[in-house]
Amino acid sequence: MDMVQKILKGDKRSIARLITLIENQAEEVRELLKQLHKFTGKAITIGITGPPGAGKSSIVNFLAKKFREDNKKVGIIAIDPTSPFTGGAILGDRIRMQDLTLDEGIYIRSMGSRGALGGLSRASYDAVKVLDAAGMDYIIIETVGVGQSEVDIIKLADIVVLVLIPGMGDEVQAIKAGVMEIADIFVVNKSDLDGADRLITEIQLNLDLNQDKNRIKPPIIKTVATAGEGIAELNITIKDIHKRLHDSGLLQIKRKARICQELQELIREIHIKQIVSSFEAKIDIFTEKILKKEIDPYTAALAILNNKNGYISID
Amino acid sequence: MAGSKTIRVLIAKPGLDGHDRGAKVIARALRDSGMEVIYTGLRQTPEQIVETAIQEDVQVIGLSILSGAHNFLFPRVMELLREKNAEDILVIGGGVIPEEDIPGLKEAGIKEVFTPGTPTSEIINFIKANVKV
Repeated sequence: MDMVQKILKGDKRSIARLITLIENQAEEVRELLKQLHKFTGKAITIGITGPPGAGKSSIVNFLAKKFREDNKKVGIIAIDPTSPFTGGAILGDRIRMQDLTLDEGIYIRSMGSRGALGGLSRASYDAVKVLDAAGMDYIIIETVGVGQSEVDIIKLADIVVLVLIPGMGDEVQAIKAGVMEIADIFVVNKSDLDGADRLITEIQLNLDLNQDKNRIKPPIIKTVATAGEGIAELNITIKDIHKRLHDSGLLQIKRKARICQELQELIREIHIKQIVSSFEAKIDIFTEKILKKEIDPYTAALAILNNKNGYISID
Repeated sequence: MAGSKTIRVLIAKPGLDGHDRGAKVIARALRDSGMEVIYTGLRQTPEQIVETAIQEDVQVIGLSILSGAHNFLFPRVMELLREKNAEDILVIGGGVIPEEDIPGLKEAGIKEVFTPGTPTSEIINFIKANVKV
């Protein structure tokens, strides 16, 4: 049986191998993903994001158990930061998910961010497709612990859950742009701590100012993840939000926008490689000229691209 | 389009053993040598360790043990790896392990055993010399 067949049957070893190939950008990946593509699109993807130490892994742990109660299969991708200096990483999200390891219906993969800055890793997009084709009903993506502007999870998840904790700053933090805007559901974790109710009020006030009437107003859920409190409500809320997104057609719009964006990024990536390789000699020459102040970078770029044997003839 | 290949290592603490300072030091040293280190925390069963290694597609498992149960737990990990056709994974051990137990562990399939006082660079070099990525 080949790798594609094994993945479609949910074989964990094959899933793991293909994800490694994707991470290493191996040649054969393109063909394998091509064969898997028509089997994707069935899974519900849920992004769990929030600052470091907010309790994302603990929430993923309990949420996966809830999904298993309904006998649903769950794939988990947990991303931790890669060192910009050595390329190494400590991937420690599994520590909070130990009980899930031996569950037949769960697959967990830890990934290093490997240079990506938006909270995900480059390979996570295709890894989600592999898990989708492998028959996972839910795919949970846990981002790197984020700051204010790492919002790439919206390119990957149907539903984004933003996990916050009390004591992270004053009310201005809640009205700032960036990560506060991407949540479909807010979770206030460690809600047994002081300041939880104030945080909820601040999120609430911020949401009330939202002008966009087409958006579903994100619910706010209180949890104490280490004790599993509030997870049942989160589970119900996720299902409810998914249903509303689906019924209103918003889910389809989201997914279409994501595919469009992915396609554009691929075109850009392939095109840039082609441009750079076909103009290599010219780029070298003009770099020298710019260095010697014989020409400025804008004029040089246009001079390279306007060359008649260049831009149009790339294929 | 071939990109870079990163060595992935699982650092695991099998059995009833509450001390993981050493395991964390090793994890950190491997991180600093450019590897991705999956750390799963304390009190793992051999079954959990082998399943994690497969799901994470690691090339190396580092078992750390201080409890004295290595003669049972290390061979058990090897046995499970063979059952899952995953004996290609390099397994090394470390912790408080008496000299006289080391030959038996190597016979069971543990490639090398590093006892207290081993410089971390020795472990890194051993992994880099024995793993093909």
